[in-house]
Amino acid sequence: MISLLQFLHDHLEMAYIVVLSIFLGVEVISRVPSVLHTPLMSGANAIHGVVIIGAIIVMGQASPDNYFALIIGFLAVIVGTLNVVGGFVVTDRMLDMFRTRKKKEA
Amino acid sequence: MAVAVLSLCYLIGSITFIVGLKMLSHPRTARRGNLVAAAGMGIAIIGTIFLYRTDDGLPLHNYGWIFSGLIIGGIIGTVLARKVKMTAMPEMVSLFNGMGGLCAALISVNEFDHLLHVDPLLFVIGALVSGNNLILHVFIILAGLIIGSISFAGSMIALGKLAGKIGVWRFQGQQVVNIAVLLITLLLAIGLLTTNTFFNGWIFGLIMLMALLYGVLFVMPIGGADMPVVISVLNSCTGIAAACGGFLYDNQVMLTGGILVGSAGAILTVLMCKAMNRSLKNVLLGSFGGVQSDHAAQAQQSYKEITVSDAAVVLAYAKKVMIVPGYGLAVAQAQHTCHELEKLLEERGVEVKYAIHPVAGRMPGHMNVLLAEADVSYEKLLEMEQANSEFETTDAVLVLGANDVVNPAAKEDPGSPIYGMPVLEVEKAGTIIVNKRSMKPGYAGIENMLFYRPKTAMLFGDAKQVLQQLIQAIKEL
Repeated sequence: MISLLQFLHDHLEMAYIVVLSIFLGVEVISRVPSVLHTPLMSGANAIHGVVIIGAIIVMGQASPDNYFALIIGFLAVIVGTLNVVGGFVVTDRMLDMFRTRKKKEA
Repeated sequence: MAVAVLSLCYLIGSITFIVGLKMLSHPRTARRGNLVAAAGMGIAIIGTIFLYRTDDGLPLHNYGWIFSGLIIGGIIGTVLARKVKMTAMPEMVSLFNGMGGLCAALISVNEFDHLLHVDPLLFVIGALVSGNNLILHVFIILAGLIIGSISFAGSMIALGKLAGKIGVWRFQGQQVVNIAVLLITLLLAIGLLTTNTFFNGWIFGLIMLMALLYGVLFVMPIGGADMPVVISVLNSCTGIAAACGGFLYDNQVMLTGGILVGSAGAILTVLMCKAMNRSLKNVLLGSFGGVQSDHAAQAQQSYKEITVSDAAVVLAYAKKVMIVPGYGLAVAQAQHTCHELEKLLEERGVEVKYAIHPVAGRMPGHMNVLLAEADVSYEKLLEMEQANSEFETTDAVLVLGANDVVNPAAKEDPGSPIYGMPVLEVEKAGTIIVNKRSMKPGYAGIENMLFYRPKTAMLFGDAKQVLQQLIQAIKEL
């Protein structure tokens, strides 16, 4: 219990980020029209691809003779990039269709 | 200096994620919002590569590995996302989500491997100096591993289900097995945290294996119709797994991004469940379409078929036609043909509108995206409440590959698994023409009484072919 409290104190800034982000996420999503649910889910999907940063850090710290770490880290970078790039491109493609329609109407 | 600039990069990244999500929730700014978030992600990634300093103040190395990973992942991701058909969009979201989960799990594997390689003596001293923070460090590693693995395995099964490659798999006592697997996973994790003899790679690997197994078991009993909800849950999970990485590296951008997606995904899940009027527990326990209340269906088995030319007459001489699209439309890639039919009918003076159920298709908004691709005008798409108030003045309803969202059992049969779910009340209209490939029950596996009603006529066949035949028939009238 004490260690938990200590941990909280040491990472107070992080705890604040967590709490505020939770409320922020709720705020942002609760006002979205259902038309945009799929693109939004896809966009959020791309954003959690931020995990790639962890993969880069891991990869960049692995000692060059530890092949296990190198290979796992390499895989992590690849799949993380897949998440980021694929996520954003798919979202853009979905939204692109909305745009073309609007142009023709105008 | 480098670290300060990196902090700025992370701050910019975090802001773009928030602003991007905000913009994504408005139709006008959505596209820019996506680009804003992507740009922020780019800044955060490039900043990390060049400006990150380890605890010893050293820059990162292994650039060759990092860049080849980024290039390979980037190329595969772009190609997949560009080439995929619009109908397979939900599959793609599921796939990329799974990749994020896998990434989080692999990071945990690497971090744990790193811990095992540290000199044991240093390890003990470190633990003493930092109090019990080591346990918390390992705890976060384990959390990332377990959540990431569940998200990965679950997403892959969801992907298979969306593609129709994996069916529903149920057995007696499945819930007990699922809970047992999850419990074993957690117990092993606690064991590893608290017992010295458990602190090794084998137990760690076993935990990962069990978490993967749980991910599979978790999604297996859930019907394909509920996959949007499942993907939303897993999306949220991956966000939390990413946030674990944020704790691990004291990295604010990972934390903001991860938690933001975690909470947004959770709310989106709740919204989706609300649209179906079911509790999340109900969805996740997979009670959908288990044992069906098909006793009523067996009582009156007769349904009416209609020929294409008759259907053409009904549609062409109606004043107002409402089209109810469903997954069948997406599978048949019939959105363009559907738009053609709409234009043809409009030329003849028929008022045509689309009734969009919030969970029609495989994802919320799936139908909107699909019809937008075919240039169907935005004003023609009616949301459920609006459509339900207009069915009374509608002469003919054309149901294209939708099933559960028009099932009257949701209103009438308290024994039905979908009882209470808001549906499109197509029965208020004059005539209902239902296009389906066969009489087989829909994705949820529930018999639809609508098909046996006197006002309903069945038009069997692939949605695209049927629509083409209809267009031909109407032109010849």
